[in-house]
Amino acid sequence: MAKRFSPETKMVPFPSNAIVPERDMDSRPILEARNLGIDFGGLTAVEDFNVVVGRTEICGLIGPNGAGKTTVFNLLTKVYQPTRGTILLDGRDTYGMNTSQVSSAGIARTFQNIRLFDNLTVEDNVKLGLHNEIKYGMLGGILRMPGYWKQEKIAHQRALELLSIFDMQDMADQKAGSLPYGAQRRLEIVRALGTNPSLLLLDEPAAGMNPSETAELMENIIKIRDMFQIAIMLIEHDMNLVMGICEGIAVLNFGRIIAKGTPAEVQSNPAVIEAYLGKKKEG
Amino acid sequence: MEFLSYLISGISLGSIYAIIALGYTMVYGIAKMLNFAHGDVIMVGGYISFCVVTYLGLPGWLSVVVAMLVCTALGILIEGLAYKPLRQAPSLAVLITAIGVSYFLQNSALLIWGASPKVYTPIVSGQIEMFGGSLKISWVTVVTVVICFIIAVGLTSFISKSRMGKAMRACSEDKGAAQLMGINVNRTISTTFAIGSALAAVAGVLLCSFSPSLMPTTGSMPGIKAFTAAVFGGIGSIPGAFLGGILLGIIESLAKAYISTQLSNAILFAVLIIVLLVRPAGLLGKYVPEKV
Repeated sequence: MAKRFSPETKMVPFPSNAIVPERDMDSRPILEARNLGIDFGGLTAVEDFNVVVGRTEICGLIGPNGAGKTTVFNLLTKVYQPTRGTILLDGRDTYGMNTSQVSSAGIARTFQNIRLFDNLTVEDNVKLGLHNEIKYGMLGGILRMPGYWKQEKIAHQRALELLSIFDMQDMADQKAGSLPYGAQRRLEIVRALGTNPSLLLLDEPAAGMNPSETAELMENIIKIRDMFQIAIMLIEHDMNLVMGICEGIAVLNFGRIIAKGTPAEVQSNPAVIEAYLGKKKEG
Repeated sequence: MEFLSYLISGISLGSIYAIIALGYTMVYGIAKMLNFAHGDVIMVGGYISFCVVTYLGLPGWLSVVVAMLVCTALGILIEGLAYKPLRQAPSLAVLITAIGVSYFLQNSALLIWGASPKVYTPIVSGQIEMFGGSLKISWVTVVTVVICFIIAVGLTSFISKSRMGKAMRACSEDKGAAQLMGINVNRTISTTFAIGSALAAVAGVLLCSFSPSLMPTTGSMPGIKAFTAAVFGGIGSIPGAFLGGILLGIIESLAKAYISTQLSNAILFAVLIIVLLVRPAGLLGKYVPEKV
């Protein structure tokens, strides 16, 4: 799959905002968020969010409930327009882009509460991910011109190919809403991969999964990264998953990053322990 | 034989309602708004076709094409100017705007074409006689039913199989998720209006071929009945619009024939009320209870 290396991509400025600085010092990052922030009325939900994600990095965004993790995803995908700050995707400023343009530019995501198109088939869900890859006009679709058949055939094969990552080809004709929970979560990832992203955002991919399903998911996340050579950023409460596969972790509390680093560094960081467990009583 | 002829004229009238109802149901399904100006787009379609035939002297079928093009442009224009700025507004605001657009179109037509009814020349004329002349079916009836059938098949396959059709269904289910697939939601809504308005033009021509007097208010009553048909069949559902439209046409035609011409509309709406009492989401609509 062709990846988007644009010549104008900048080098990471020193000092780096990389989660693990030594990892991405001299490579062009896929995502760079600078001083990102958003206010809802008088409430500051996210403030001073600085992060750099490398091209094939798997990184985690963790933090207590309400820390602003999903808000960060909503900012990156422009579901919310940031109040402050800059988002550079592959060195390109996403200022002024809307959600569908950001999607075309290379950010894909899944949702905390699954948001599949329930009344469409599994294959059609994936084909919607491929929406911008399929090229034929309105008239071609109504009159069934040769372009329609050719493009639909390519889309069909591509959809099955993507579904085969999770061994889901057999479910292609089922309605997405009728799939079991775990399969729906996997389908969301497949659909997101259909948009040919260079950065995949996973919002609590292991929510509601049992330990063996989670273990399988961990393998699959690594497999996807290796196969597609993309960066993956995930929000997750399952610490086994986060510590097991993330190369870098950023910890968010009350909308601010309180710690960044490797899993080991983050685990032993006093501020993180305090955020999760509360302050130790003096005396 | 008499019954058969009433039934056939009912189906044909119902086909027109069905074509109009599609515009309501598609727009509701995707933009979640009731476009009450839809009935007046039908009227504009009728006038355009009338003008093309009368003033330009072009053949009837060409006037349909011109009417479709003009109404498509009108639909996109109305959506872009009146509804798009209100995308985030409460649905009541959009509803009032739609009523405003409806009056605007009616009064513009009044200004351009005047209040006196124009006599529309049906695009097809003549009739078929069957069973030794005891059953007469006009060609307009046949053409209407055939066109409705073609639209039904074409639209269903477009919505279920093509890229744009799937994008429409995705937008109707979850606009946020659809945008994250790289689907341009605004353009999808525009396209929906374009299709609905093009169909309205076809309906306008067929309607005027049935009752050849054309006035600025021609579209409002069929518009309201077609909206009823859409609700009757389950608003948001395309097969529902067809079913609702045709059933409504048959009920109206039979009520006129066997009960009372004056009461036909009252009977029609009484049936609607009864159906909605039993099936609140319409015949084919899915009732989704709100989660608390």
